[in-house]
Amino acid sequence: MKEPQIIVIGNGMVGYKFCEKLRSKTSSFNLIVFGEEPRRAYDRVHLSEYFNGKTADDLSLSTENWYQEQNITLFLNNPVVKIDREQQKVYTGNGLDYTYDILVFATGSGAFVPNIPGIEKEGVFVYRTIEDLDLISTYAKKAKTASVIGGGLLGLEAAKALIDLGIEKTNIIEFAPRLMPRQIDAAGSDMLKSKLTDLGLQIHLNKNTANIEGEGKITALKFSDDTSLEADMLVISAGIKPRDELAKACGIEVGARGGIVVDEKMQTSDPAIFAIGECALFEGMIYGLVAPGYEMAEVLATNLCAGNKSFSSFDMSTKLKLIGIDVASFGDNFITEPDCRTIIFENKHKGVYKRINVSNDGQYLLGGILIGDASAYNMLLQTAINKIALPEDPEELILGSRGGGEPAGAGITSLPDNALICSCEGVSKGDICASVTDGGCENIDDVKKCTKAGTGCGGCMPMVKDLLNHTLKSQGKYIKNVICEHFNYSRQELYDLIHIHELKSYDEVLTALGENDGCEVCKPLVSSILASLWNEMILKKGNDVAQDSNDRFLANIQKGGSYSVVPRIPGGEITPEKLIVIGEVAKKYNLYTKITGGQRIDLFGAHLNDLPVIWEELIAAGFESGHAYGKGLRTVKSCVGSTWCRFGLHDSVSFAIRIEERYRGIRAPHKFKSAVSGCIRECAEAQSKDFGIIATEKGWNLYVCGNGGSKPQHALLLATDLDSETCIKYIDRFLMFYIRTADPLTRTATWLNKMEGGIDYLRNVIVNDSLGMAKQWEHEIEKLISSYKCEWKEAVENPAIRKRFSHFVNAPEEKDPSIEFVEMRGQKRTAEWKIV
Amino acid sequence: MTETTNNWLAACRVEDAVENGGVCVKHGEEQIALFYFTRRNEWYATQNECPHKKQMALSRGMIGSITDEPKVACPFHKKTFSLNTGECLSGDECAIKTYPVKVENGTVYVGINPKS
Repeated sequence: MKEPQIIVIGNGMVGYKFCEKLRSKTSSFNLIVFGEEPRRAYDRVHLSEYFNGKTADDLSLSTENWYQEQNITLFLNNPVVKIDREQQKVYTGNGLDYTYDILVFATGSGAFVPNIPGIEKEGVFVYRTIEDLDLISTYAKKAKTASVIGGGLLGLEAAKALIDLGIEKTNIIEFAPRLMPRQIDAAGSDMLKSKLTDLGLQIHLNKNTANIEGEGKITALKFSDDTSLEADMLVISAGIKPRDELAKACGIEVGARGGIVVDEKMQTSDPAIFAIGECALFEGMIYGLVAPGYEMAEVLATNLCAGNKSFSSFDMSTKLKLIGIDVASFGDNFITEPDCRTIIFENKHKGVYKRINVSNDGQYLLGGILIGDASAYNMLLQTAINKIALPEDPEELILGSRGGGEPAGAGITSLPDNALICSCEGVSKGDICASVTDGGCENIDDVKKCTKAGTGCGGCMPMVKDLLNHTLKSQGKYIKNVICEHFNYSRQELYDLIHIHELKSYDEVLTALGENDGCEVCKPLVSSILASLWNEMILKKGNDVAQDSNDRFLANIQKGGSYSVVPRIPGGEITPEKLIVIGEVAKKYNLYTKITGGQRIDLFGAHLNDLPVIWEELIAAGFESGHAYGKGLRTVKSCVGSTWCRFGLHDSVSFAIRIEERYRGIRAPHKFKSAVSGCIRECAEAQSKDFGIIATEKGWNLYVCGNGGSKPQHALLLATDLDSETCIKYIDRFLMFYIRTADPLTRTATWLNKMEGGIDYLRNVIVNDSLGMAKQWEHEIEKLISSYKCEWKEAVENPAIRKRFSHFVNAPEEKDPSIEFVEMRGQKRTAEWKIV
Repeated sequence: MTETTNNWLAACRVEDAVENGGVCVKHGEEQIALFYFTRRNEWYATQNECPHKKQMALSRGMIGSITDEPKVACPFHKKTFSLNTGECLSGDECAIKTYPVKVENGTVYVGINPKS
């Protein structure tokens, strides 16, 4: 049987969301999408970010192959021009026709352009698509003054874009007596106006533009009060106009002021035709926000899959940051006395205005407006939507508690499970909590992936984070701050205490700061701190028995009880002579050899008793410990760089060797790896390392906090075009910050993921020295670097330590007879576990 | 417990043992882990083999305590066992043998007739 065919007209945010929602529910239906723009659906909400460096690709909602993978036929640059409802056919601009069983209008809206004489002149633009932005940005290069008609949400966005483009003087012209007339009241508008004026914008309210002056191109605006204003360019942002022209032409019912009339099922006057998003007129209203559009897409997709959902009037609360200024409105924002009681807080000094409307009985929050500080928005919105009973002094909701103690207000715990947290994707509190308790999500990315919460406008993210943390905590999953029953401190506290008290051995630390006898949790942790602080030989002062097994024998214990030997090969560079030595040692002690992922050679299957003699031979040939067993620097991988490669920009091998020799032996909360690539081709895979360095034309780019392993994570760019000395200085600070503050056994990637403020905060600490710690850290790491010694050399030369490398205390020459090997591909391998 | 001198194996000198750690004692085909818990001034001995994956490893494990119970953690997968009773403290159904220890004239002896 042939699948029914759905044709979607329009490839905007809502059209895309409809496809996504439909395909997540069913693979039946032939789905064909016609878009008039030349690119795939993109994020129009964050359009102005196009001017601060985001590319069209960044804004795109889907990957290039998405439509194909989802079995959706997408035509771009190909508008539908005519609909034949009797034949159930659409005709496209290039003359082809397609039959539909179901037709969906997702045509969105265009800019409303008022009929002002001269509007056709050069230099007049609308602000709607990426193409509009390209035109504006080109024209802005030769403009000194610009005006925006429209003081609403989009108009202010456009004004921000003009500032970003470097226009010296930008004016905002609004017909109404206040800014953002749909969202905020007169007092809020005054506050917003004074803040915008501070930023260099000129605001003109109550202005009716009568004429656009200029010969061919705009030079000035003339108003109905006979005043005028110079303008080299003009951006019209006076509202939206539903794209209903096709619908109108084929005889579907449209509203008197535009919009395709739909019922609660999104059905138009033709039962085979539906409309969603900004082109749809529901109960006399156009919903010009993305969240209700997504909800319409959900309703339609569900009903097409035999579900039963209805659209009902939608909460139009909004929160946004305009040129760095918080503006928010929620619920019934304009209701006034005597229908409610209003509480207003205004601080002109700080530019903050807050208004909440409370029911006359003082029980419920009805709505409100926030300017300058919208941090309470999510809580207030939820309190209003969910009709949560207000505290005795509702003013505390916007002022904070002044009696000390916990801030007033309901808090996320008091929200009901069905409280809608992410209105873009329709995700409730219950959904988010369940993704943690039942879905196993442990971080914000997991929750986003699992529930889609926060993937729309992103405004709910603080709340999603709070819910995640709260749920994790209630499950006892939060990383315990206290180390174990023997130490009532966090790692960071213990680090500082050991430092202050200058304690040098595990036993001293336990006696001074802990209780009882210690255990396998606190011993390696304290040993690691001691090593990070003092960098003394880790097997001295009785610390050997407080080391994890690998550190205790300076080798990795392998299945069966044998050990592996990994000499350091800095940067992966090795001479033929040294290669021969490794081969000879391996042959002599019957060791299995394998190249590691970090560009060195691992020798497996050594008996404990043989470790000192093996190392003696390696050290004699110039090798040193590779610390493959320690929580410290592993390898600094490199490509050959400019010494051999025809693309190489700098000598990446020499820099890798310098880095590896600088940080070798330094112990940290976990192992860390690095790499240096000689050009952007990135053959050394530096972006998967704890810190990675990539050569640029001008120097080095430094990336931090990448990870391979079970949860791969790309490193993030910390700083660009650094000279070698600055690059090393930043790595010094980065490592010391990590060593001092990371939780036990936390890699840099996880450390960063947990860091409040993320990479921006980290960059501020490292590059701008926002904590004022840089000098101290540089000094501390210099001490560690200058006290480096090869610990294997010390171990083989110290008889007391060397004595520990024997299996039997009462038969020191005998090796462990229980160790078994079998042959494989001409080498040995360890026997299988004796038990499974 | 009855003690007969014949059953005591002279394992090592006190100074050969590792303070707050373990050594491995060879007894014919058997391997015994001997722990000198200096912090508590106590001696313990157990089988050297960790029953979890049958690895000869317990003498290389870290010792410590949970509440007041002395324990050893296997270096392979950190299973912990009571040094007093041999009971597995990591929730597994396996236990290890324990042996009595005594020190005389600087020599450490392990009672090779295991406690029941």
